[in-house]
Amino acid sequence: MSDISRRTVLTATAAAGATILPAALPSGSIDDLVSICSGEARAAATPAATPSSATTPDQAPRTTYLFFNDQEAALIEAAVARLIPKDEQWGGALEAGVPNYMDKQLGGAWGAGERLYRSGPWHQGEWTQGYQLPFTPAELFHAALAAINRDLATAGTPFAKMSADDQDAYLKKLEAGGQDLGGVPSDVFFDHLWELTLEDFFSDPVYGGNRDMVSWRMIGFPGAYASYYELVDQHGIKIDRPPTSLGEDLYRHIHIDPNIPAYAPPNNK
Amino acid sequence: MATLLKPVDVVTIGVGLTGSLAALELGQAGLKVVGLERGSGRETVPDFQSPPIHDELRFAIRKAFMQDNAKVAVTFRNASDQTALPIRRWESFLPGQGPGGSFVHWNGQSFRAQVADFIWRTHTIQRYGQKFLDSCGPELTIQDWGVTYDDMEPYYARFENLCGVSGKAGNIKGQIQPGGNPLEAPRSGEYPNPPQKEPHFGAIFRKGAESLGYHPYPQPSSNLSRAYTNPLGIKMETCIFCGFCERFACPHYAKASPQTIILPVLLQDPNYELPALCEVLRINLDSTRKKATGVTYVDDTGQEFEQPTELVLITAFPLNNVRTLLLSGIGEPYDPKTGNGVVGRNYSYQTTGGPTIFMDESINVNPFMASGACGTMIDDFSGDNFDHSNLGFIGGQYVGAIMTNGRPIEFHPTPTGTPTWGLEWKQAVARHYNHTILVQQHGTSASSRLNYLDLDPMYKDAWGQPLLRMTFDFPENDIRMSQYIADKVVEIGRAMGGKQIIRGGTKRPYSVTFYQSTHNAGGAIMGDDPKTSAVNQYLQCWNVPNVFSLGASAFPQNITYNYSITIGALTLWALDAIKNKYLKSPGPLVHS
Repeated sequence: MSDISRRTVLTATAAAGATILPAALPSGSIDDLVSICSGEARAAATPAATPSSATTPDQAPRTTYLFFNDQEAALIEAAVARLIPKDEQWGGALEAGVPNYMDKQLGGAWGAGERLYRSGPWHQGEWTQGYQLPFTPAELFHAALAAINRDLATAGTPFAKMSADDQDAYLKKLEAGGQDLGGVPSDVFFDHLWELTLEDFFSDPVYGGNRDMVSWRMIGFPGAYASYYELVDQHGIKIDRPPTSLGEDLYRHIHIDPNIPAYAPPNNK
Repeated sequence: MATLLKPVDVVTIGVGLTGSLAALELGQAGLKVVGLERGSGRETVPDFQSPPIHDELRFAIRKAFMQDNAKVAVTFRNASDQTALPIRRWESFLPGQGPGGSFVHWNGQSFRAQVADFIWRTHTIQRYGQKFLDSCGPELTIQDWGVTYDDMEPYYARFENLCGVSGKAGNIKGQIQPGGNPLEAPRSGEYPNPPQKEPHFGAIFRKGAESLGYHPYPQPSSNLSRAYTNPLGIKMETCIFCGFCERFACPHYAKASPQTIILPVLLQDPNYELPALCEVLRINLDSTRKKATGVTYVDDTGQEFEQPTELVLITAFPLNNVRTLLLSGIGEPYDPKTGNGVVGRNYSYQTTGGPTIFMDESINVNPFMASGACGTMIDDFSGDNFDHSNLGFIGGQYVGAIMTNGRPIEFHPTPTGTPTWGLEWKQAVARHYNHTILVQQHGTSASSRLNYLDLDPMYKDAWGQPLLRMTFDFPENDIRMSQYIADKVVEIGRAMGGKQIIRGGTKRPYSVTFYQSTHNAGGAIMGDDPKTSAVNQYLQCWNVPNVFSLGASAFPQNITYNYSITIGALTLWALDAIKNKYLKSPGPLVHS
């Protein structure tokens, strides 16, 4: 199944209004049913770290969208697949579940402006002064995605239906700036889109993307398990064990000895 | 109406490095101390435990340990003819919040300043002449500290022992020591612990730097090379090179922080109180405006309290020290038009940013095996360690392979010419991730009459008080310095075997949009003249003698190095003066 047709299936499913929950997976393969029975489908549908087998790593995972509407989700899926495409060896942003991560981030505290100073007055100022728009990340995405979809509705071809080359050209046009997307400069939107894509491609799978730790395996980052006292002076060695996620805490292999508390001697004073 | 509380002897505004150290020393002197901290309580167990602490997104990207700038931000502009706008997200610098302050999420890079740093103006004029200094920039306002390295040496030693700094002395009482930094200021003794192990990137740098005749040495680190019991009797553990240090807290009791070196003892002191979630609004003055009577703060329920006290120590992040002075009307605010006034004057920053060295793909660098301070570095270009006569600038930078992590959201280098996204980008990231070395340039920033802090006329915090306004750009002097050294470091990169090198160096204009350094300095500087300093050499406010402003806000300009150890030493110096002189006879310790 090619990239394009996979996305089409997803879009079509979403457009039909199907709620993709583990108990209501769209009619699928025997594999899907096995997954449900073994509880693995739950791992695929929720931001969990356990490597999912509901879809194979080179396929996009099914996502229950809570923030993006159908049109937005279709655009986001198609866009991140171009920003970090899959290749023969490694899945890309779509296969890693980046759209799921974005959906949860934008629908949560981050999207609502957590740690963002939000008082006016609003001036654009100099580039050195950083982001100065009144939009929260959630507002920014809704405004820009709606504007892009309107723009493309006029042109006739939605982003998700364009050829890969045309999609790249459209993204480059956004990146170059100069276009107004419902009050959001297109380069500012592109930067946000890229930032979230990058963040999730490389963040811990507990956040709903980086499925199967694909990016960590690709670069050789060992992940959350991190204790290298014995290895740090073995210069040039290659670490070839599989990476580990925060979600693997249940094995307690990272937890330090609880019998080493901060120690204050009695009668110190 | 504010609720009036029972008087105490001392209030610290902030409970980070300076606030916890001050409370410890003054508590041990028998005083009743209250530490007012705006963040919520946090301890190694259970708050800093792995694996949740090894979460790059939450701590490094979303900055969970930093001051909540949705409530209190800082406004910024490059020059006084621009309109300052709020820094809506922290990027360039990261002030901490919560007990321990920024001394929880620091990297543990543990340097002393140099002899010349404390007398920079005098030293520069003596060595190069007034004309030379003027030629570096008529706007520069560098000045002497009012203390010397010799004054500070015993306090450096005490603070290093408290932290358990792991390093190798290069100069003990003038005797050069093999294996250490031969260019450092003379030390009274060895470090309390040996240096940390040298990672691969450090070994590669060492070889390259040595081949060019430079003097590589192991970076002194407050991530410990072995188990250690500090002079307070608090046990610390060996650092395991987890690669989650700066922006994180140590789960292993291996990095010096108030939680690991001070608080376990301080919190046992029945005379000490640490109510968290207290936002100090101002220091209250009596009708003469020469004596502080206490502080007003708001707790997490929104209730306002007035805490009467005999002595107020401002022990917040440097920027917040300056803001507290301005909000309280202590000291004359600096006026950039006339050059008069002292509070906000000489705000300075740090020059950072070195080259990226792409190595052969047969060389595994393993950047994720790192502590926050396990680099190998040289001081050949630090401060005034090289002859500036024909260079047209003052100051310098240390240079070193100081990689602190391989966390991939932050670290995914690609060579020049790589597209910024797409398949080619992805494949370049995969190709270079484990074969790339970052070399740091990190150094001085001269103070200038154009750079200062004051209160913003427009933007407010969550309690309706003005935000601090920062007006800053790097002086051209700093750019010339950084660019000169950038060329030298490219040569080192080639000697390291770099296949491709992206040159480093600081550029103008300064921007708050990317991380550079959390070593914000100055704004309430120390000195021996009340016309050009906000506090005297004991960090006491000139005109309100029962208020002291402790920390890097006192630096007249910024030094080559990461500044935490110098802050600790300077705090101990001031506390000795408070204990031995001020408490015996409260009043000005220096008469102007």
